[in-house]
Amino acid sequence: MTVSTPVTDTMPPQKRPFFSPTSIRRWQNFKANRRGYWSFWIFLALFGLSLCAEFIANDKPILASYKGELLVPVLVDYPEEKFGGFLAQTDYKSSYIQDEINANGWMIWPPIRYSYQTVNSNIPHSAPTPPFWLMTKEERCSGYPQGAADPGCTLGNLNWLGTDNQARDVTARIIYGFRISVLFGLALTICSAIVGVTAGAVQGYFGGWTDLLMQRFIEIWSSMPVLYILLIIAAILPPGFFVLLGIMLLFSWVGFVGVVRAEFLRARNFEYVNAARALGVGNATIMLRHLLPNAMVATLTFLPFILSGSITTLTSLDFLGFGMPPGSPSLGELIAQGKNNLQAPWLGLTAFFTMSIMLSLLIFTGEAVRDAFDPRKTFR
Amino acid sequence: MAMSPTNAGTMTAPLLSVRDLSVAFHQGGKESLAVDQVSFEIMPGEVLALVGESGSGKSVTANSILKLLPYPAASHPSGQILFEGKDLLTLPMRDLRSVRGNDITMIFQEPMTSLNPLHSIERQIGEILELHQALTGAPARARILELLNQVGIRDPEKRLKAFPHELSGGQRQRVMIAMALANRPKLLIADEPTTALDVTVQAQILELLAGLKNQHHMSMLFITHDLGIVRKFADRVCVMTKGKIVETGTVEQVFTNPQHAYTRHLLAAEPKGEPPPADDKKPVVMQGADIKVWFPIKAGLMRKVVDHVKAVDGIDITLREGQTVGVVGESGSGKTTLGLALSRLISSKGRISFIGQSIDAYSYAMMKPLRNRLQVVFQDPYGSLSPRMSVGDIIAEGLKVHETSLSYEERDRRVATALEEVGLDPATRWRYPHEFSGGQRQRIAIARAMVLKPRFVMLDEPTSALDMSVQAQVVDLLRDLQSKHDLAYLFISHDLKVVKALANEVIVMRHGKIVESGPAKSIFEAPKEDYTRALMAAAFNIEAVKTAAVSE
Repeated sequence: MTVSTPVTDTMPPQKRPFFSPTSIRRWQNFKANRRGYWSFWIFLALFGLSLCAEFIANDKPILASYKGELLVPVLVDYPEEKFGGFLAQTDYKSSYIQDEINANGWMIWPPIRYSYQTVNSNIPHSAPTPPFWLMTKEERCSGYPQGAADPGCTLGNLNWLGTDNQARDVTARIIYGFRISVLFGLALTICSAIVGVTAGAVQGYFGGWTDLLMQRFIEIWSSMPVLYILLIIAAILPPGFFVLLGIMLLFSWVGFVGVVRAEFLRARNFEYVNAARALGVGNATIMLRHLLPNAMVATLTFLPFILSGSITTLTSLDFLGFGMPPGSPSLGELIAQGKNNLQAPWLGLTAFFTMSIMLSLLIFTGEAVRDAFDPRKTFR
Repeated sequence: MAMSPTNAGTMTAPLLSVRDLSVAFHQGGKESLAVDQVSFEIMPGEVLALVGESGSGKSVTANSILKLLPYPAASHPSGQILFEGKDLLTLPMRDLRSVRGNDITMIFQEPMTSLNPLHSIERQIGEILELHQALTGAPARARILELLNQVGIRDPEKRLKAFPHELSGGQRQRVMIAMALANRPKLLIADEPTTALDVTVQAQILELLAGLKNQHHMSMLFITHDLGIVRKFADRVCVMTKGKIVETGTVEQVFTNPQHAYTRHLLAAEPKGEPPPADDKKPVVMQGADIKVWFPIKAGLMRKVVDHVKAVDGIDITLREGQTVGVVGESGSGKTTLGLALSRLISSKGRISFIGQSIDAYSYAMMKPLRNRLQVVFQDPYGSLSPRMSVGDIIAEGLKVHETSLSYEERDRRVATALEEVGLDPATRWRYPHEFSGGQRQRIAIARAMVLKPRFVMLDEPTSALDMSVQAQVVDLLRDLQSKHDLAYLFISHDLKVVKALANEVIVMRHGKIVESGPAKSIFEAPKEDYTRALMAAAFNIEAVKTAAVSE
């Protein structure tokens, strides 16, 4: 073991591998859970697509050329007078505007020509209407002025999964609804992780009275009837994304405290933590550098499950009518419509499959994450 | 192997015969061979010692005899384990279970964790009797009492209802032995049974095992890394390294005429050398007067303090530049607590002065500027290095706190120099602790302390987690660093051999008090107190001394 080359200033600083061996092993373990691995990618793809919802389902063309000018209606609001109308915003769905643009140029529509709040004015009979593939060609185009021969009766204008009771396209609503659910879930999970991990870290590291007092507070706090408080607050404050996020954050951070606190309590007496104290390293640095990585494993393992829990909570609030403001695309509202319109099973079924697929993907991913962080897991 | 199992007619047949045993572990698609074609035999009534350093595969060999390895991650590519003619490796699970705990029993290293904390002593021993002899009720209790008497537990009637946490480490190991003996086994496998115990208790347990062996005419497979125990205790030895047995023979052959280079290396690996001469004229670095650390015992509804655990109870100590004070004593004697109090990592009463400043009332923040001159090296090199930081970051951590003006390059150079000083290649600073062996890790921990150029270093059992040959290297390193930088060491250890090689002054502690203190020479050559003498006998000759001075 007696080594050595003399210490020289010119010794090249060897590059450290970007991923540590532990991370690589965890990634391998994650990949070894095939179901979770594929769920993860499918979920990411769906989420990525839903982030571009405006380009997939919208009542405005993506690109249009009008009298030699290139227009991007999906991004820019053009007043209708540009096309000879009088409204402040152009209604591209109206046949007058469509004819005007087609006569003086061309336009490219998204695959689904409805946004989440676009009302289909050409439905064949009173809303809700079934998916187009449950009707004959004549029937499905009967709402258009020229019937089956109408140029407006195209695939993009038809309702792939039917319409809801206000004649809005269900497909468009679940695409936007999926996006808002996942964004809400992510925001809530990240915020509660930050608050919860901080609280747990402080409790676990300092222990003693700090721990005791905060622990009693958390016990009282978490024994409050959360749903009723949510209902009361939702009745006072105007409902909205950030109000809901704030209210739910008040109660959801508690979930992280237990694991993180336990991890810090365990690790604060590790010898390398004592060694850092003996070196004179400050408390904040010790917590961040030496203890947090230990707690991160438990936290990360938790994340997918907290995420799916948050999504479920938002959906149930929407279902009860205390969630997002009316008109917002929400899966909970779709479930409520399905319950109220049993004669239109496509509403309930669509909502059910969207929810169950989304939550299953998340749970499967969560299982794979759990495997990845399990040091005892061995694969042969 | 001298004897072959076929000529059993002329000689007694071996009780256990292991032939060409290999053990492989699979992980992440890779296969590693932990034991490679090992063969040995144990005769009835014989003690065979399996010696080797950590990682040599000796415990894996022992565990495969009773198939206690984590199958299917572990497998046996080759080999047979014949016990009374049956191959244990191919025996069905049901038959194997009737061998386990009945014909072959095992005692493990860690008495803290090998007893179930939720069961009383009576129930733990009773379980084995019930399982293999269907003995319950009064006859079982009579047998349990007999066993506890045999293993030397005092007042066994009172101890029947005791739970493991109410017993000392030595007593727990005695209970483990009682469980192992319950069904009068033919073979006892002892996997480092005394490593976790104090030297005095170790001597008692070994004496007990030797007595029981003769009484029951048992065979024993004794696994250890301590050659002193082997010489005292075993009939034959197998020396193991890197999964292979490199030398087999009677104790006398191996110790007087070792054949293999590795055996010679092991035999030569005792801590050697002389401590620096004591010199009263050197300046005092650290002085403690009447140091007390009392932990309150609270009871009752209002948590009133009813009594104190006196971990350290009035100790005076003086450390001079370039000198080492060794603190020795059994576990629980308060030696580590004394060290932590002196380095102000726990609160204490009594005056502590460090390089002229009275630091006993300093807060954590006030201590911070002094921390670079007051360093600690901990016992466990596996626990004291953060697994998520590279070696360079670990060593540089203190520099970042205390010498904030250093540029990245200067800091890097200091880290490299420190690594070089402890005998490691400076290029290793980009690697992570798990890539190093125990001895190398302890060198890193020492480098972390040395990079700050301390005046006083508290060494809390820095060698006890290391293998014998590595211990000697670390002791040499510590002595070199001391003479180079004129360091004051507080050396805490229960291992008197290491203390003898390093300390020029010794404090013998017991129950938080000083039993005997003075120059190392006079204490090692002419101990005055019974307790010190018992410690010496246990450490150097592995002999249990029958005095009231020693704990159980």
